[in-house]
Amino acid sequence: MTLASRTTSLAAAVAAAILLLAGCSTSSTSAEAAPAAEAITLTDAWAKSADEGMTAAFGMLANTSDQDVTITSATSPAATMIELHETVDDGTGQMVMREVEGGFVIPAGGMLDLAPGGNHLMFMGLTAPMAAGDEVTITLTFSDGSTTEFTAPVKDYSGANENYEGGDDHHGDDHGGDDHGDHDH
Amino acid sequence: MTGRADAARGGSTRRQFLLGGAVAGVGAAAALGVDQIVQASAAARTPLAPLNGTVRVPFYGIHQAGIDTDAQAHATFVGLDLHSEVDRAGLRRLMRILSDDAARLTQGTPALADSEPELAENPARLTVTFGFGPGFVQRAQQSAPAWLAPLPAFSIDRLDPQLSDGDLLLQIAADDPLIVAHATRMLLKDARGFASVRWVQHGFRQAYGTVAPGTTMRNLFGQVDGTANPQPGTADFDAVVWNESGWMAGGTGAVIRRIRMDLDGWDRLDRGGREQSVGRYLHNGAPLTGAAEHDEPDFEATTAIGFPVIPEFSHMRRSRSDDTTQRIFRRAYNYDVPPAGEEVSESGLIFVSFQADVAAQFTPLQQRLADLDLLNEWTTPIGSAVFALPPGCQPGGFIGETLLD
Repeated sequence: MTLASRTTSLAAAVAAAILLLAGCSTSSTSAEAAPAAEAITLTDAWAKSADEGMTAAFGMLANTSDQDVTITSATSPAATMIELHETVDDGTGQMVMREVEGGFVIPAGGMLDLAPGGNHLMFMGLTAPMAAGDEVTITLTFSDGSTTEFTAPVKDYSGANENYEGGDDHHGDDHGGDDHGDHDH
Repeated sequence: MTGRADAARGGSTRRQFLLGGAVAGVGAAAALGVDQIVQASAAARTPLAPLNGTVRVPFYGIHQAGIDTDAQAHATFVGLDLHSEVDRAGLRRLMRILSDDAARLTQGTPALADSEPELAENPARLTVTFGFGPGFVQRAQQSAPAWLAPLPAFSIDRLDPQLSDGDLLLQIAADDPLIVAHATRMLLKDARGFASVRWVQHGFRQAYGTVAPGTTMRNLFGQVDGTANPQPGTADFDAVVWNESGWMAGGTGAVIRRIRMDLDGWDRLDRGGREQSVGRYLHNGAPLTGAAEHDEPDFEATTAIGFPVIPEFSHMRRSRSDDTTQRIFRRAYNYDVPPAGEEVSESGLIFVSFQADVAAQFTPLQQRLADLDLLNEWTTPIGSAVFALPPGCQPGGFIGETLLD
C-alpha cells in the first residue's frame, strides 16, 4: 500500500512538474554556481504553516545532470535549523522520521519527492510564525559546496504529523487535540 | 433489464454516443427511442478523443474565467465572511494562495498540498471565479464602486441573511460535480485560516452532452431562461459586462439571488397561462409573437379582441427597458434540495447576472419586476448578494492584485 501510494503521488508530482514549468517556485542559482547547484530544480515547493516550534517543507527535486547529486544541508531565515529527514519503518511497523544519513541523494537524471509521510525538510526553531500565504526562502547546500536558493509558499495543512524516532514528540500541529499515535502512512 | 441498464450507465460510452448525436444534430438524437440509444451505446465501446474531462479553460487572462465561459453543467457558489483579524496584507496572502490553487486546478494539476491529487485530473472545463463584497474592499482600505452594496429592499424579497451577502465569493464551475466538489474543498481548506463559510449554494444545468453547447438553459418551470443575453465575444457583451474603472477595469459586477420557485403553485397553472406569464412559448422559448427563440418580440401586436399578444404583466415585457443600457448578462443555475415537511420539492434558481454597473443596469430592471411581473406569483427571492469581480491576472500575478498591490 505504501509503495502503491508513493508511486502514484510521484507520478502525479512528475506530471505537475512537467506541466508547471512556470509555477510558483523558481530556482535561482547563486553567483558562484557550481555544477551540483545548477543541476537541481525544485518545483511545487511548499511549507506547512506553524505558529512556532517545528514544521516541514516539501517539493519535487529533479537532477538534470548525469551525475548523482547529494544535498548535505539546508538553511532558511525562517528556522534556526533545518534537518534533512526521511520517514522509515522503525522495525515494529511504526513509521517514524529521522535525520537521513549522508544527505538526500538525487540520482542522475532522476527525482526525489519531498512529501508528507516521506522525505522532507524539517524546520526546527521557527524564528517567527509561518502563516499561510507567506513565502519562505530555503537554501540548499550540495556536497561540492555549491548552493542554490528556492522560495516556497506556506500553506495550512492538516497532515504531516509524523512521529519522531525514539520519542513521542511531534511537530507542526498548532491546532492541538489530535492523537498522532495511529498514523497510517 | 439489468444488462441493459448497465449498458445505459456505461459512462463515457453513453456520453460519447450522445456527443455524437449532438454533433450530428440535436433533432436526430431526440428522435431516437430509448432502446435505440441503449443499443447504440452498447455497440460504441471505444471512447472518442478528446474526452470532455480533459478540456481546460485558461485561468490567466484579461478577465476572470467563468463569466464569459459557456456555462458548465455544475456550479458551487460560496459566500465567505473574513475573520476579524485579517488585514490588507492578509487579504493579499489569501488571494495569492487561492489564485495559485485555481491556476493549477483549472489546468488539471493538483494544488500544492493537495491531499487528493487524483481528483484534480480531468478538470472538465473547471473555472474558479472570485468576487469581493463590500467588507473585503473596506478591509483592503480601498474605495469600492458605488454599486457594491446590498441591493435596495424589494417588496417581493423574503431574504434569509444566511443566504445573503458575504465578504468573498467563490464561483466554482465544471461539467463534472466530482471536480467541483474537490476544487471547492481545496479552496476552502486554504481559505479557512482567513474566512468562514457563510453560505453555500449548489447549482446545476443539463449535463454535458445532453444539449448542444450554447443552448439557452431551462429552469425548473420548464422555461427557456436567458434568451435575451448578449453573446460573449461581441462588442455588445463587452459593453454590458466589463467594468472599465480603476481597480475594477476588466472586471464586472455580480448579482447572486436565490429565487425559490413554487412548483406546486406552478402545477396549478395551465400551459397557456404559463406562456402568458413570461411572454414566450415553452417548447422553444420563442416570443408569443414569433416562431423561433431569438425572434424579436412584437410588443405592439394585439389579439383579435385588442389585447396585447405579449401581456403587459409578462416577465419578458416587464424586464425589457427602452433604455438599452439597462441590460445584464444572465448565467443562472437551477437548485433542487430536499424539501421540508410535507412538500415534495424545494427548488428554484440561483440567479446569477454579470453587469458592469449593478446600480445602473440591474437595479432598475429588478425594480420594474418587483413592481409588476406575473411570475412573482410563483417566485420568491430568499437570498441576495452583490460582489465586485476583479479582472483576471497573468502568470506570476494573482486575482485581486489591482486592489491589493
